[in-house]
Amino acid sequence: MRFDPGTRVRVADRPHEGHHRTPAYVKGKTGRVERVHAAFKSPEARAYGGDGLPQQPLYLVGFAQRDVWPEYRGRPGDRISLDIYEHWLEDAD
Amino acid sequence: MNRAVHDRGGWPTDAPIDRSEHELADWELLADGLVHALGDHGLMNVDELRRGIESMPRAEYERAGYYERWLFSIETILGEKGILAPGELDRKLGA
Amino acid sequence: MSDHDHDHDHAPITNGDEPPAAARARALEELLVEKGVISREDVRRNVDLLVSRSPADGARLIARAWVDPAFKRRLLEDARAAAIELGLDPGPAPVVVAVENTDRVHHMVVCTLCSCYPRGLLGPPPAWYKSLAYRSRAVSDPRGVLEEFGVELDENVALRVLDSTANIRYLVIPRRPDGTEAMSEEEIATLVTRDSMIGVAHPVRPAAVTA
Repeated sequence: MRFDPGTRVRVADRPHEGHHRTPAYVKGKTGRVERVHAAFKSPEARAYGGDGLPQQPLYLVGFAQRDVWPEYRGRPGDRISLDIYEHWLEDAD
Repeated sequence: MNRAVHDRGGWPTDAPIDRSEHELADWELLADGLVHALGDHGLMNVDELRRGIESMPRAEYERAGYYERWLFSIETILGEKGILAPGELDRKLGA
Repeated sequence: MSDHDHDHDHAPITNGDEPPAAARARALEELLVEKGVISREDVRRNVDLLVSRSPADGARLIARAWVDPAFKRRLLEDARAAAIELGLDPGPAPVVVAVENTDRVHHMVVCTLCSCYPRGLLGPPPAWYKSLAYRSRAVSDPRGVLEEFGVELDENVALRVLDSTANIRYLVIPRRPDGTEAMSEEEIATLVTRDSMIGVAHPVRPAAVTA
């Protein structure tokens, strides 16, 4: 596991053809690791019949909503958290 | 950047959320059971199910009901694996 | 049934209320069973499993967490192990994680990419949870969505949305309503609604129940 809880991370902003579980709305955004989950088989490979090994570490990454949406209407403390695989994350500290 | 049809977070919409309750119809429970039965037999996993759904043409995806997407995916994935022959299900339906 | 010559089997004629997909689903099952790919029993077993769970199961977890702080800690630490204590097992996968609403934060759960939901504890998700409108706006305009659901949050409460994008399913532990101190655990469980465990409703307040 590369990232500890509290680490600032940036979600990679790269094009990806085919199945992946990183939503467009967080690509390129910077947030913080909130939880370190276990590692899981890669859905990107499993979706095409691959075994998904080696397992990929999964993190709950949280963002300030106002960092994600330019026109966010809500409170400054509002947050959004997603489960993101390690290979989509870059250290932003 | 272009996003795939299933990637809906923040997609512009004015639509209100339809909060009416719908019991699942028998055929919807059947579709759900089919996917999980195929999963039990190692013939289709959840990632393939999702990938199959995501391969729907945009207009079809947005028009289709939830379990209609599941059926589309089953046919796509099982077709790829040669478990269903092209047109076989249509012939079964007598179409 | 019409009289006509045909030399092939076809699926039963559907009643007029069903979409074409209904016949397609049934024909698909017939075909796969004929080929020996799956059995009807496989399908029935999985359907039974899906409908065997309901929000009442999740409500029992919440009620126990409200009356027993040590159980709440265990629920937050390992939701599956806590569920098993009450005779409810969501299974090893996907992983269920409980998150707690407090006087500082309110949680709301969505799956923008499809419809991931803690089915193993709550049964099938509501139709609106799977809708394109909810999947879009729950992340970009969650306070607008809560307004639509008739939910008010206290002044200083931050809203935290969880988008279930991978192998984790989130269950919200709502805040225990005031005025429930004298109620039994069973009575309290009746206040916990499905929508409060998703985060688009508060639990029922006891005054409404005893009316």
